[in-house]
Amino acid sequence: MALTTYVEAIRQGIWEEMEKDERVFVLGEDVGIYGGAFKVTAGMLEKFGEWRIIDTPISESAIVGAAIGAALMGMRPIAEMQFADFISCAFDQITNFAAKCRYRWGAGVPIVVRGPSGGGVHGGPFHSQNPEMYFVHTPGLKVVCPSTAYDAKGLIKAAIRDPDPVIYFEHKFLYRRVKEELPTDDLVVPIGKASIRRPGTDISVLTYGAMVYNALDAAKELEREGIDLEVVDLRSLLPFDKETILESVKKTNKVILLHEDTRIGGFAGELAAIISDEAFEYLDGPIRRITAPDTPVPYSPPLEEFFLPKVSDIVNVARELYAY
Amino acid sequence: MADTKVIMPQMGESIFEGTITKWLKKKGDKIQRDEPLFEISTDKIDSEIPSPASGVVQDILVKEGQTVQINTVVAVIGDGTSTPAEAPKEAPKETRKEAAKETAKEAPKASPTEPPKEAPKEVKGTAPIDGPVPETDEEEEGGEEGGPEGTRSSPLVRRIAKEHGVDLSALAGKGTGINGRITKRDILSYVEQGGTAEKPAAKAPAARPAAPVPAAAPPPPPAMKFAGEVERVPMTQMRKSIAEHMVMSRRTSAHVTTFFEVDCSRIMKARENSRAEFERSGVKLTVTPFFVQAAANALKKFPIVNSSVDGDTIVYKRPVNIGIAVSLETGLIVPVVKNVDQKNLLGIANAINDVGERARNKKLTPDDVKDGTFTITNPGQYGALIGTPIINQPQVAIMGMGAIKKRAVVIDDAIAIRPMIILSLSFDHRVIDGAVADQFMAEVQKQLENWPV
Repeated sequence: MALTTYVEAIRQGIWEEMEKDERVFVLGEDVGIYGGAFKVTAGMLEKFGEWRIIDTPISESAIVGAAIGAALMGMRPIAEMQFADFISCAFDQITNFAAKCRYRWGAGVPIVVRGPSGGGVHGGPFHSQNPEMYFVHTPGLKVVCPSTAYDAKGLIKAAIRDPDPVIYFEHKFLYRRVKEELPTDDLVVPIGKASIRRPGTDISVLTYGAMVYNALDAAKELEREGIDLEVVDLRSLLPFDKETILESVKKTNKVILLHEDTRIGGFAGELAAIISDEAFEYLDGPIRRITAPDTPVPYSPPLEEFFLPKVSDIVNVARELYAY
Repeated sequence: MADTKVIMPQMGESIFEGTITKWLKKKGDKIQRDEPLFEISTDKIDSEIPSPASGVVQDILVKEGQTVQINTVVAVIGDGTSTPAEAPKEAPKETRKEAAKETAKEAPKASPTEPPKEAPKEVKGTAPIDGPVPETDEEEEGGEEGGPEGTRSSPLVRRIAKEHGVDLSALAGKGTGINGRITKRDILSYVEQGGTAEKPAAKAPAARPAAPVPAAAPPPPPAMKFAGEVERVPMTQMRKSIAEHMVMSRRTSAHVTTFFEVDCSRIMKARENSRAEFERSGVKLTVTPFFVQAAANALKKFPIVNSSVDGDTIVYKRPVNIGIAVSLETGLIVPVVKNVDQKNLLGIANAINDVGERARNKKLTPDDVKDGTFTITNPGQYGALIGTPIINQPQVAIMGMGAIKKRAVVIDDAIAIRPMIILSLSFDHRVIDGAVADQFMAEVQKQLENWPV
C-alpha cells in the first residue's frame, strides 16, 4: 500500500468529511483554483464546486468572521490561514467571539481554523511562527498540533466533527517529510489524548509537533549510552492529556519539556507548573526546558538552525539530568 | 573580605569530574589572583588551574590524587585574618567507591551544628579556557536545602525513604548523583539490599553518564590473582579513560590493518632543503608534517576515510582535522591540528609543534583535543618497525608511522640504499573496504614518493 504524506493526510481527512457531511466547507486565500499554498485543498474545487471551496479576499478576520457566522447558521466551516502567522489578524474573531459564544449564549461555534506553522524551512519571521500559546491561553478553544500523518488525518476529522472551535496547527516542515501507511477505514484521533511514541524508563521528554522527531533521534543516540528516554507526543495542547503526562513523570521521575515555540509563556512553563503541583514528590531531578530562545524566528539559515532546538541540545540536557 | 571558595572547574562539555594531581600552594601560602593554584587531570586534558582571587590559601579540602565531581569546593582562599579552622558546611565527596568509606567517616565530623560565620563567596576557578558551563536556567546554585544531616536528595528520594522508613542520613556521602546527591537509583538499591549502608556506594561507577555503555556489556574479567608480592596503584583519570576508550573502540569498529612501504628519499631531501628556511621562521621541521600533509591530501580524495558512523548513517566531515598522538609520562593524548587541508607545510609544522609542546606542558584546552577526523600515531619514534594502532573513535581510520630506516631496496633491477618507512592504516571495515583503504594508502605513498624538492 502506498505511503501517505502528512499534507496528503490532512487533505484526505477534509475530503472524506466533505463527502460525508455536506455542511462541511472550506474557505481561505487561494484554496480554490490554486488548491492552497501548500496544496492541502488540491482538486477539491473540481470535486466539490465553488459553493464549498471558497476563495476569499486577503483578510483573515473576514475569513474567520464568515466561518463563525456560517457555523452559527448550522454549517461546519474549515477556515484556512495561508500561514499560521497571519492568524493574529483574526485574533479578535477567534478569542472574543468564537471562544466565548458557548459560554455567553449557549451557541456552539463548530469551526476549524487551520494553517501551517513552525520553522526549519527558512521562512523567516512571518512564515515560521508557532502561535499556539495565544490560543491555549483562551478558554473555550481547542488547540491541536499533530506530528504524524495518522494523527494529521485523525485530528482534522475530530476537529471538523467537534461542536466547538478547534485551532489546528499543521507543521509545515513535516508536510512532505513524514509519511506512513494509513488504514483505509474512518480514522479519528480523539482531541485531548497524548501518544507515547517511545516508551522508556529514565527520562520523559514531553513534546509535540516537529520536535517529536528530534526527541526520537536523541533517544536513539542516548540508547547507546544506556539512557532510556520516554518520548510523549502531546498531540493536543488544549485540552491536554494530564493523565498520560503525570503517569509518565511518575514512572521516569525526570522530565524534559521540549518545544519549538519560544521560551517565556511557552507550553513547557505550564507543564512544569502542573508537574510541580501534582507530581512534586515523584521528581528525582529538576524539570528542564528545551525551547527556542525568546526572539522572532530568524531568516538567516545558520541563525535559524541555532534558534531551533537541536538533537544535541536534548542529548546534552538528558545526560546532565540522568547524572543528577 | 569574604572568603572565596575554589571549585573544581568543568573542563569540557561531557566532563563530570576531575582529579587533583598536584597542589602548587600549601595551606597558609599567599597567592595572587590568576597565579596557578593546583593541577588537575580530567578525562580530556591536564591543566593548571589559577586562583580565582588573591589572598591566603586558608584551607585545602581535597588531597592530591583525589577525584571529585565538578563544582566541588576544593579550597578556600581567605584574606588571612580568619582562622583556617573554619570548615565549610560540606565535606567534599569523593566520587570513587574507595573513598566512600573515608568520606562517610568524615561527614559527621564536617557537619556539626556550627555553620561558617561568613558565607564564603562562590567563584568558579578561572580556568585558562572558558570551559562550557551547563545552562543553569532552572538549576539551583548553592541555596539547595539539604535533607537530614546535609544529604542532598530529591522529592522522590525523600518520599521513597519515608515510605520505607529509611533514615536518609544512613546514605550520607554515598550518593552517586551530581555533587553527591542521593538519586532514585541509590535509594532503591539501598531499599532492595534491605537497608544495608555498604552496598549503594558500590554502584557508584555504574552511574557515570559520560562513557557510552553498550546494551550488552561483556562479562567482567575474572578477579586478578597472583601469588607473589605486588604493588597496587589506582589508575589515573587519564589511564582510566584511555582504557575505556581503547576497549570501546575495539568493540565498536571492525578493525583491519593494511601496510605500505614508502620510500622517504624525497621527503628527507625536501626536509633538508627547507630546514634552514623553517628555522628562520622559528619552526623546527620534522618528518611528521610531510605525512600529515600527504594524509590530508589523500583524505580529500577519499572522504570516506574522513567520516564517522552515526547509527545507520555515514557522516562525511568537510574539514580535515588530524590528531597527532603525543606520548606523555602519564599516558597518551591526541591534540588535533584543525583544517590541515587549508595549511601549507610551514603552517602544519607550526601547528604540530604548538600542540605537541602544549600537550607536554599541560596547556591544552578542551578545543585542542576535539573534533579530530583522522589520527596519525608514530610508534616508530622508539624504533618500532610498525604498529597496528586502534582507531580513535568516532573516527574510522588511523595511520601508524614505523621507524624510517635505510634499507637495501631493488629499483629497476639494481640494489639501492633508501630511507624506508612502513606505514600502517587501521580502518573500520564497517564503512571502508580494503580496496578503498589501499587506494587511500597508495595515494599517501604517491604523495610522499613524488614530493617536490
